[in-house]
Amino acid sequence: MTPSGTAPADTLVGLVLVSHSSQIADGLVALARQMAPTVPLVPAGGTDEGGIGTSFTKVTDGINAADTGAGVVILCDLGSAILTAETALDFLDDDVRARVRVADAPLVEGAVAAAVSAETGGDLDFVLHAAESALRDSARPAADSSAEASSAAVGPVERTVTLRNRDGLHARPAADFVKLASTFDAEVTVNGKDARSLLGIMSLGLTRGASVQISGRDEGARAAVDALADLIESGFGEE
Amino acid sequence: MSVDAAWARTWIRNSARVLAEHRSELNTLDREIGDGDHGENMDRGFTAVLAKLDATPDAATPAELFKTLASTLISTVGGAAGPLYGTAYLKAAGAVTGADELDGPAVVAFLTAGRDGIVLRGKAASGDKTMIDAWTPAVDAAIDAEAAGASADQILAAAADAAEAGAVATEPLVARKGRASYLGERAIGHRDPGAQSTALLLRCAADAAVGR
Repeated sequence: MTPSGTAPADTLVGLVLVSHSSQIADGLVALARQMAPTVPLVPAGGTDEGGIGTSFTKVTDGINAADTGAGVVILCDLGSAILTAETALDFLDDDVRARVRVADAPLVEGAVAAAVSAETGGDLDFVLHAAESALRDSARPAADSSAEASSAAVGPVERTVTLRNRDGLHARPAADFVKLASTFDAEVTVNGKDARSLLGIMSLGLTRGASVQISGRDEGARAAVDALADLIESGFGEE
Repeated sequence: MSVDAAWARTWIRNSARVLAEHRSELNTLDREIGDGDHGENMDRGFTAVLAKLDATPDAATPAELFKTLASTLISTVGGAAGPLYGTAYLKAAGAVTGADELDGPAVVAFLTAGRDGIVLRGKAASGDKTMIDAWTPAVDAAIDAEAAGASADQILAAAADAAEAGAVATEPLVARKGRASYLGERAIGHRDPGAQSTALLLRCAADAAVGR
């Protein structure tokens, strides 16, 4: 991940959603579109004849359609979708291929996390990371409690703040939060979840008025904890 | 003795005919441990190749013909077989670029590059119950035959024999790659459809070389 985590101005990382089923790919675009209104989201579902399978042509055309210059992340369902995507990569020009990645991520969770990250202007590596950490972040419970206990013993850096913006830590504020957290080289948790994990933060379901505990392991995390607590107290520029 | 573009054309045409004949057999094998469309997919791909083959220039080299085959399979076979066979023929063609005739060492290089392409794409190893279990014995047999001084047609025949034995030998295996890997031990007793189609294709290659 780059320190800035931000794509070049005016361009967003695009996504190609490859499924054996055109309905799955189309439905997933609609789902992700709710949280990512401007990201190039291109479905590549089914065979050329509309059957169940994947299409080299649809994937190749999808990459070209999703590519605004900031790069493209491809998400796939079952094995042969990955084979088709990787084969399509082989046929791209070198300069285009250099900015295309096939994510090792669950299709639905990965697409939503990647779309939200791309919508906030995240760069290629940031969007890829969001996709690839999606399964772990959405499924796994909060951080290991024994680790927290031991860090408590040495006096962790901690601030507890209240969410004040109207919609709480929903998609855009959560993405802004994760992007800021990613600029620090410090381990910070939010109510036990990794502060750099978009789906982890979103899965907390924090709404207006919720108490948010931001913790760092040691004094080195002070700047990160303060910056993140300040961001939450700022209300993310919302009412 | 070597094989040439006429051999390549005959091989591809015979492959289309044989895959059409074995379409339901491959579908049945695939239905037992996969999604049941391998025969249909291969038949569709090779049927599309026939039309493309007619449009190739008479002077096309074997490598050019196999590249046409590769790109057509990649874009018309909906399952995993399209990228896998497409990559195989593409890499195999790359090993004999520019040659009008393939002698024994060139045939070995061709088969080896094809097998390596599938490994690169599918990341399967021997014993995973995939088409690699037909390809790798075929390549090994081709290497041995060439080392023993066999001609191109004899090398292809040795490869085809080994691929057929390799396909049969997938029956007792548990799958570790592809859709069949979801089945665990239930895949035991079923032949891998990809290994079977590989055996059919390599037999067509050998038959096309007879008498050349």
